[in-house]
Amino acid sequence: MELSDNLLMRQRRSRWAAWAAAGMWRFARAKPLGAAGGVIVVLLAMVAVFATAVAPYDPVETHYTHRVEAPSGAFLLGTDHFGRDVFSRVIYGARTSLFVAVLSVALGASLGGLLGLYSGFRGGRMDFVLQRLVDVVLAFPLLVLALAVMAGLGTSLRNVIIAMAIVLAPRAARVLRSSALAVREAEYVKAARAVGCSGARQLFVHVLPNCLAPYIVFSTISVGVVIIAEASLSFLGLGVPPPDPSWGSMLAQEGYKLMRSAPWVSIGPGIALSLAVFGVNLLGDAVRDVWDPRLRQ
Amino acid sequence: MVRYVIRRLLVAVPVLIGVSLVIFGIMRILPGDIAEITMTGGAASATTSDIEHFRKALGLDRPLHEQYLEWVRGVVTLDFGKSLKSGAPIIQDMALRAPLTLEIALLTVLIAILLGLPTGVLSAVRQDTWIDNITRIISISGVALPVLWTGTIVVLVLSTWFDWIPPLGYESIWQSPWTNLQQVFWPALVLGYNFAAIVSRMTRSCMLEVLRQDYIRTAWSKGLRERVVLYRHALINAMLPVVTIIGVQFGTILGGTLIVEQIFVVPGLGSQLVESVQFRDYPMVQTLILLITGAFVLVNILIDVLYAFMDPRIRYE
Repeated sequence: MELSDNLLMRQRRSRWAAWAAAGMWRFARAKPLGAAGGVIVVLLAMVAVFATAVAPYDPVETHYTHRVEAPSGAFLLGTDHFGRDVFSRVIYGARTSLFVAVLSVALGASLGGLLGLYSGFRGGRMDFVLQRLVDVVLAFPLLVLALAVMAGLGTSLRNVIIAMAIVLAPRAARVLRSSALAVREAEYVKAARAVGCSGARQLFVHVLPNCLAPYIVFSTISVGVVIIAEASLSFLGLGVPPPDPSWGSMLAQEGYKLMRSAPWVSIGPGIALSLAVFGVNLLGDAVRDVWDPRLRQ
Repeated sequence: MVRYVIRRLLVAVPVLIGVSLVIFGIMRILPGDIAEITMTGGAASATTSDIEHFRKALGLDRPLHEQYLEWVRGVVTLDFGKSLKSGAPIIQDMALRAPLTLEIALLTVLIAILLGLPTGVLSAVRQDTWIDNITRIISISGVALPVLWTGTIVVLVLSTWFDWIPPLGYESIWQSPWTNLQQVFWPALVLGYNFAAIVSRMTRSCMLEVLRQDYIRTAWSKGLRERVVLYRHALINAMLPVVTIIGVQFGTILGGTLIVEQIFVVPGLGSQLVESVQFRDYPMVQTLILLITGAFVLVNILIDVLYAFMDPRIRYE
C-alpha cells in the first residue's frame, strides 16, 4: 500500500516535471530572446542565493594594504577606496537588488492587485473612491514618490522595499482592476452568479484565476522597474545605506570620485546592473507576448 | 475644443489637492519629529527649549490642518516659505535652478523625437532588413541600459579621453549660451537616448500595425508617392500612441533628471531635491516635490489636449 502510494507520488511528480519541462521548451522555441533573458535572470538569482559560496571575500571586509587596486588574480575586479573586493560586492549587490525586487513586487503587486481586483469586481462608490486615490498616487513621477517616501521613512533596506511597494501598488491596482472589469461580464461569471455563488466565491474562484495572466506579466515587468529604481535611490544616497553593497551606491559614492583613476570600481556594478535589467526586460517582453497580448503597449 | 481643455484642467484640481495631501502626509505623519531631528542631527545635543523654539518658529506646534492650509495658501500665492538650509525664500532658489532642469527636460524630449521618430519609421518600413536589425539592437539597449550607467559611461569617456569636466556653478542661457549648453547637453543626451529608444520602438510597432491597414493599401493602389503614403497616411495615425507614451514617460524623464543632474553636477531642481532631502530641509522638499509632480500633471494635460487635437473622436466623447 505504502509502496504504491509512493510510486503514485513519484509518477505524479515526474509527470509534473515533464509538463513543466515541455512548457519551458515550448516557450524557449517560441521566444528564444525571452528564454535568453530567463537564463540571465536565473543565473543572477543563483549568484544572489549562493553569494556566500560564489564571492571570494566578505563584501564589507576591508583590505587596507590593497586600497584602489587594479583588477588582478587576487581581486578579479579590483578593490575600492576602502580596499573592499569589488567582485564580491557586485555579487552581494545582486542579492540586495533581487531581494528588494522580489519582496517589493510580491508585496506591492499582490496587495495593490487584490485591491484593484476587488474594486473592479464590486464597482460602485468604493471603486470610484479607490480609483481617485490611485489617480493621485499615479500623478507622481515614480522615482520622485519613492524618494519622498524614503525622505519620510529614512534610509534602510526595509524602507526601500516599503517605498517600492507603495509605488507599485497603485499600478498593480490599475492593471488588475481593468481585467476584473472585463472578466466580471464574462458568461462563466454570470453563470456562477446565477447558480447563487457568494460574492467571495465568484471573486476568488471565478474572477481571480482568470486575471492571473496580467498579474504575472505586471510582476515580471515590475522587477526590472524596481531594480533600476533601487539602484537609483541608492545612487542618490537615499536607498540601501552603506556599507551594504548595492550596485547603485557602488556607482555613486565609491565609483564616481575614483572614476578617472580607477574606473573598475564603477564598471563592475554598472555591467551587472545593465545585465540584470536587460535580462528581466527580455523575459518580461516575452512573457507579455505569450500571456497577455492585450497588454502590449 | 475649449470646453474639452477646461474640463481637463478642472479634473486636475482634485488630483493636485490629493497630491499635496499625500506629500504633506509623508512629511509630517511618518515617524520622526522634524524639529528634533533637525536640531540634534540625530544626537542629543540641543536642549528641549531650543527644540521648542524651533518648532514654534516653523509653526510646527500648530494643528496639522492649520499647517497644511498655511502651506497651500503659500503655494497658491507663490510664497513657498523659507528654506531651512539657506534661510532664503524658496522661490528664489527655484527661480535660479528650475530653468536648468526645464532645459534638460525639453532638450531630452527634442532629442528623443529627433532620434526616435525617424529611426522607428525607417525600421518599420524596412522591416527585417539590416537597417531594422541595427536600429532594434540600438533601441533595445537604450531601454535596457539604466540612465545611471549610461551617464557614468559618458562622464568616464569624456573625462578620460577628452579631459572634459562638467562646468560648475550656474550660467543662464541668456548670459553665456555656450557654457549653459555644455551643462545641459550631456545630461539631456543621456536621458534622450533612453527616451528615444522607447519612442523608436513604439513608433516602429505602431507603424507596422498601421501599414497593414486597408486604407494604406488603397493609398498605394491610387499610385501615391511613397513619401505621401508614409507621412500623410501612415505616420499621422501611428503618432497617437507615440504621443501618449511621451506623456506617460515624462515622469521618467523628471525622475531621470535627479540622476543625471547628480552625475553631471548640474545645479538644477533635481540635485536640489536630493540635497534638501539629505539636509531634511522639509519645506523645500515638500515644495519641490509638489512642483515636479505639478509639472508632470500639466504635461499630461497638454498631451491630452494635443491628442484631442489630433484625434477628433476624443473631443466629442
